[in-house]
Amino acid sequence: MYLNQFLLLSAALFAIGVYGVLARRNGVLVLMSIELILNAVNINLVSFAAFRDSISGEVFALFVIAVAAAEVGVGLAMILLLYRNRRNIDLTEIDLMKG
Amino acid sequence: MTTQLLTLAFERPAIDWHAVAPELTLLAVGCLITLIDIIFLEKARPYTATLAGLGVLATAIPIITLAMDGVDRVLFDGAYVVDDFALFTKAIFLISGYVIILLSTNYVAEGDYWENEYYGLLLASLMGMVMMSSSRDLISIFVALELLSIPAYLMVAWRKRDARSNEAGLKYYLMGVFASAVMLYGMSLLFGVSGSTQLSEISSFLTNGNVSSVSAITLAIVFVVAGFAFKVSAAPFHTWAPDVYEGAPTPVAAFLSVASKAAGFVALLQLIYVGFHNQSAVYEPLIWILAAASMTFGNLVALKQTNIVRMMAYSGVAQTGFILAPLAVAGHAGLEDQALSAILTYLAIYAAMNLGAFAVIITLSRKTGSAEIESFNGAFRYAPAMTVSMAFFLFSLAGIPPLGGWFAKFEVFSVLASSDDVWGYALAVIAAINSVIALYYYASVARCMWADEAPENDLTPVSTTSSLVSALAICAIVTLAFGVVPQIVGRFADVTLLTLGG
Repeated sequence: MYLNQFLLLSAALFAIGVYGVLARRNGVLVLMSIELILNAVNINLVSFAAFRDSISGEVFALFVIAVAAAEVGVGLAMILLLYRNRRNIDLTEIDLMKG
Repeated sequence: MTTQLLTLAFERPAIDWHAVAPELTLLAVGCLITLIDIIFLEKARPYTATLAGLGVLATAIPIITLAMDGVDRVLFDGAYVVDDFALFTKAIFLISGYVIILLSTNYVAEGDYWENEYYGLLLASLMGMVMMSSSRDLISIFVALELLSIPAYLMVAWRKRDARSNEAGLKYYLMGVFASAVMLYGMSLLFGVSGSTQLSEISSFLTNGNVSSVSAITLAIVFVVAGFAFKVSAAPFHTWAPDVYEGAPTPVAAFLSVASKAAGFVALLQLIYVGFHNQSAVYEPLIWILAAASMTFGNLVALKQTNIVRMMAYSGVAQTGFILAPLAVAGHAGLEDQALSAILTYLAIYAAMNLGAFAVIITLSRKTGSAEIESFNGAFRYAPAMTVSMAFFLFSLAGIPPLGGWFAKFEVFSVLASSDDVWGYALAVIAAINSVIALYYYASVARCMWADEAPENDLTPVSTTSSLVSALAICAIVTLAFGVVPQIVGRFADVTLLTLGG
């Protein structure tokens, strides 16, 4: 069982996702970076489940997938709302409130 | 293998219907509101708030019967537990939920926005919180967390034609989803190390198993605690709070600052007490830093705020520090139960006084139309009752006896003082200094309202509504009662979580 390779892949995906969230300015790309982190979680869960021979990891991964779908639905709705009101989804320009 | 799986009949695990009755009631009322909305459309609008309020009160009935029954109920092999801790925190969520419905009634109705969906989402979020109290498994904690967060993202962006509300919603959403993704990564490591998603089994693995992967466990605990530190708005994960509170509808800000924060604490308590209690070398320093940073940073920034909702946000960050403080010494032998009951006491009292302060802010904003502290100047001339109650709640938040906040702070200090170690004492000193700083900005708001002249000498009285007045009355009675007769809350908050830790 090659657990390490899977964990390294997932850690790399996680790191790319975190970088994307912090560095990207476009709202949709930030959402996609968050999806990368969630997929890193899923790879972790499934490979640990196979390694440990325990079904709960796969069940957890299914829950993560289902909830992530709901989350992205809300997120896209919100970005659409922002686009309707501002004609722009650049996150650095959302700065009405500060302090 | 495949055929065997297919022919195997699905057997539903036994469900204790009495134990899940509170969740089912909330679900039923939420569905009922949606159905009524679909059938009666606009005609249903005036009744939705009442229906939602009644639904929340109806949910309290199974909680009372479960409490009188007094038996700990364990469902789904220990993933879902109804014990004293769960019932007490469920009661906090439901009572704050009811007060928030009272606060929302006029605000949402007069705002020309959708009403029925608002209460549907509020009930869904409350259901997530009620589930969180019972979740003793990584999967159910995650599902409860998302069930309470996703409706909250939508409620923050409720005023959809308002740019500030959009901005607040998007900020809250992006940071919230990011925090929960990082937390999930920590949970996946926790599952990988221990081979189980159940907190009690994780705990027995960490205690008995030959743990070789210390670094993975440390990383997992740090990620999980950081994810919930976002939910409770502890510094340095608090940056969303002021912007979101300012942009969101004010009742939603009250909801986030009380109920959502309490849900984060409930999850933290379950994870730390049931899941990794013996890992105190990891979580104690982490919580210590979070608590000290939240208190100091929250208070110092609150000093220079000109908008009262932003000030309440930073004061909420500081209060989070106080609530976290007992958790920083919770791993010390003999202090576990005392720390737990101090945190629960603080949560109950904080809910009452903070909701009270928000009730006054919402009432006064009906006249001033602004949340700037200056616009509340001279409120004593035209709304003496409101000003007196605002001073009452602010002094309670500052911790002046004989109000509830004083007893909450006293409990925190007594836990820290009995920790018998330098770090505990140091945190107590930091907390004491911060109590003094906090008094300054709370008192200066009260001074503006009592002493200054009203803007443009406009002395027309504020229009109160019966729901706002009853919300205010509930909060005031609870705040005063907890301060004068602290045994009431002390008696209920005297619960344990460790017995399940195995």
